[in-house]
Parts: sequence; C-alpha cells; structure tokens
Amino acid sequence: MSIHDPQAPPEVRLDAETESQTDLSTEIRASHRAYRDRRDTSGPEESVVVEETGPVRDFAPYRSSLLRHPTKDLRHADPETIELLSPVFGERDIGTLESDLTVQHGGEPIGERIVVAGRVLDGAGRPVRRQLVEIWQANAGGRYIHKRDQHPAPIDPNFTGVGRTLTDDDGWYRFTTIKPGPYPWKNHQNAWRPAHIHFSLFGTDFTQRTVTQMYFPGDPLFALDPIYQSVRDPRARDRLIAVYDHALTSHEWSTGYRWDIVLSGADRTWTEPEDDDE
Amino acid sequence: MSDAVTSGRAPRLRPTPGQTVGPFFGYALPYDRGNELVEPGTPGAVRLHGRVLDGAGRPVPDALLEIWHADPSGTAVRRSGSILRDGTFTGWGRAATDREGGYWFRTLEPGPAASTDGRRRPAMVAVAVFARGLTDRLFTRIYLPDDEDALAADPLLAGLEPERRATLVAARESDGSLRFDIRLQGEGETVFLDLGQGTPGHAPPDATPDEVHGVVRGLAAGLPSDPLDLPDPSGEIVSGVPSRA
Repeated sequence: MSIHDPQAPPEVRLDAETESQTDLSTEIRASHRAYRDRRDTSGPEESVVVEETGPVRDFAPYRSSLLRHPTKDLRHADPETIELLSPVFGERDIGTLESDLTVQHGGEPIGERIVVAGRVLDGAGRPVRRQLVEIWQANAGGRYIHKRDQHPAPIDPNFTGVGRTLTDDDGWYRFTTIKPGPYPWKNHQNAWRPAHIHFSLFGTDFTQRTVTQMYFPGDPLFALDPIYQSVRDPRARDRLIAVYDHALTSHEWSTGYRWDIVLSGADRTWTEPEDDDE
Repeated sequence: MSDAVTSGRAPRLRPTPGQTVGPFFGYALPYDRGNELVEPGTPGAVRLHGRVLDGAGRPVPDALLEIWHADPSGTAVRRSGSILRDGTFTGWGRAATDREGGYWFRTLEPGPAASTDGRRRPAMVAVAVFARGLTDRLFTRIYLPDDEDALAADPLLAGLEPERRATLVAARESDGSLRFDIRLQGEGETVFLDLGQGTPGHAPPDATPDEVHGVVRGLAAGLPSDPLDLPDPSGEIVSGVPSRA
C-alpha cells in the first residue's frame, strides 16, 4: 500500500521510524535549490516559462508519491468539447446546513469557531458561479474521523469535518467550521502536517477541476511539510495560505479567514514551448 | 484597480496550486450512488470498470475517479442532479477504488461528438484521477473501442505509439462491459494529458505576482464576466461550444 508496506520492492521500502525530519528537510531543500537554479539561470525569455505554478508530480520527500507519480511527460491534447464544459450542480444537490460544519450534530464542537470565505475565479478573473465546493478536515485536536486515522487524539462527537456549498453569482463561497489542529502522519519519523482544510473545486470547464488544501498564516510546520513543499515556487505556495480577515470576524462569535481560489485550466492565452516540461 | 484590470487586456491570474487529495477523502467525497449515473436496468446502460495500479503493479486502494461525458447523442448534459440521484442522467460520476484498486460505474455510452474544430471525434469519457501520493490530479480519457475508423482519425490517438495509444482505449468484455485499467507509473503507464493547464503550470508572461495578488485579493469584482460560463440551472441541454475568446 505504501513504501512502508513490507511487500514493497526493496528500492522503495523505507523505514519511517528511522528517517528523520532532518533527512527529509535536506531532500526538500535540494529539490527547491534545483528549481531555483534553473529558474534564475534561464534567459529572460525562458525565465517566464519555467516558473512552476503548481506542485511537481515527482517529489520524493512525499514518500507516497514514489510509486504513484507518472514518469512520462504529460501528453498535450487540445481539450474536446466535453472538457470545455463542467458538470452542473444545483441547489437540489446540496443540503442547506452543509456549509456550517458546527451544526451537524446535537451539540457544539470543541475548538476555535471560524468562518472561511472567498471567491472562486477563473484565470481571467471571472467569478465561477453556482459551482460546487467541497471541504473536509481534521477536528480541533488534529484527528480525522476516517477509520484509518488512529492516532491518540480525541474524536469530537459533534464534529464530522465535511462540508459542501455552491458558490453564489459572484463566485463567493462561505463555510463556518472549527480551526483544525496539526496532524501527525507516517511519512517519516515525527512527521506533522500543518493545519489545513481540504478543498475540492469545479470550475467552468473540466480542465479546471482541482483538489487542493488551504493553510493558515504563520504555521511553524510549513518548512517541514513535504506536501506543502511539493509546490516549489514560494509565490505559488503563498497562494495556498488564507489571510486573517477582520471583516469576516464576528463579535463574540467567530474569527474569519479569506481565501480566494483561481482555477485557470485550459483557459489561457500565453504561449509556451511545444515540448513537455519537467 | 490594478494594472491588470486597466490595461485593456484580460488579466491572467496564476492558478491556485493543487495538493494531494490525501488518504482521508473516503468519508468526504464519495457519496451514495455517485458511481451510478443510471439506475439498473436502464436501456443502454453499460458497466465501465477497471483497476488503478501503482508502479509496482499493485492496487491503489485510495484513489478517486471522476468521469464526465456526453450522452448517447454526443451532447453534453447541462443538468444538475449528480449528487442526489433521482433518475436524471447528468453525464458526471465519482467512484473511489476498493481494496483491490477496483472501480466501476454504471452509465450510458456517450456518442461521438463534434470537436472544437467542427470535426467528429470518437466517443470518449473524460477522466480526472486523484489519489494519495498524487501531488495533483491527473487527466486522461477513456475512448470507446468499437469505431476503429473514428479512433484512427483522432489527433491525440494518431500521434501516439501503439502501446501508448492502447492505454487510452477501453476493452469490450464478453459481457458487453467496458474495461479500463489505469496504471499510474511504469510498464503500460497510462497516457495522462496536459489539456492546456500545464503541469507544473507555466506562468503567464503578462501578469506579475503583484498583479495577481492585487486582483485576487478583492479587486476582481469589477471584471467583466462571460455569460457563457454560467451553468444553466434550468436543465436545458446545450450542445454548443463555449466561446474561448
């Protein structure tokens, strides 16, 4: 199932108990340095096109990727008609309470109540209207309700950590939830994920389909996390971090975070070399 | 307003990066009958099934597949109702893999459709692949196997070596079902697609990071919107190709 699986081939069977954060951080820095050197030593023309705006697929510090990332370049294809359209979701698909993760049970969940809101835009800055946004997350103690999360942090009986909503006509979404805690995982010894909320997003066409994670500002775990750091460009990583927004904060009720999302998909006008990158 | 807005050019915003779907989507994204686009016994219903395998040929039990395809007439369906299934065919479905890496959908076979260049293309299903270990989603296509002439004329398939091409064409099983395995890595690796989104994405030359943040952080309200981008909640079916201007 993973590199920690005893059935895995020896060349990828690594021991999470002996791999240290120091080892992992060294690998992360080496990969980032390689990217930076390539970006900074390119000519003025080329420097534009080597900026990475997303994660690299082959990022060994994220051990689960070793046997799962494609090794061949992505094949360019012009999108077909169906790929330039998106599935349609409507009010009947969504329950009215699904955007408030704090009212899904009999009592109040434990933790810091927050509002997370923002706009979903396409690459031209146009709002993505009436489209599905799904989120899932750990509770305030960093525990997922998923059966495979068995680390010794408490389940909150009043918090499932799943929400859905539709964007409005200006592309706005808004969730009320609990600030998730950091989460320990088995990538290496003493590995911790920065607090995050998973987002699943649909755009105006299928090529914009995106699943990502939103982070909170100033998290001390950013530098250590191979998933966050799989996005090697620092400006691109910054786009994954919400900002505290006092205008979304309510008196004696909840604090607020703003996170806008851009789904650019196939909708672009700039040119790039014919050959596949990476 | 930022320069990007006032310059008269359409601003190009850098995308929000993708991140892995992780290991715990199973209680959040799959839903009841997400993989059943039509009810059992529906005339023309077909079972589309297969496995997702890693670079060692072992099953990937924590992958999620989404399919999106036209109806049997080749027309894209523009109707809601994909989540609360009530018999409405929407052309979209979602399935998580099981412990053996297996998935299945029950759907209607799409018909061939006109492409953006006006030419007819072989019938196919657009696919998005998510999994723990994939840093970002992958796109691929499932081509239906029966119309060899249409397949031979397809520009994507025609440009691939035979063994690569074969990874994109479903097999017709003796029971009439369609089988399509996805190999994430290694021998028989499925052809995954760059549909123009770039991976890892390339930056547009005409937007600086400051512009991007200026626009995204609240200044985009005044930008023009394209009415063709509106999903149609009325349930009307449209077959037109949206403007990409």
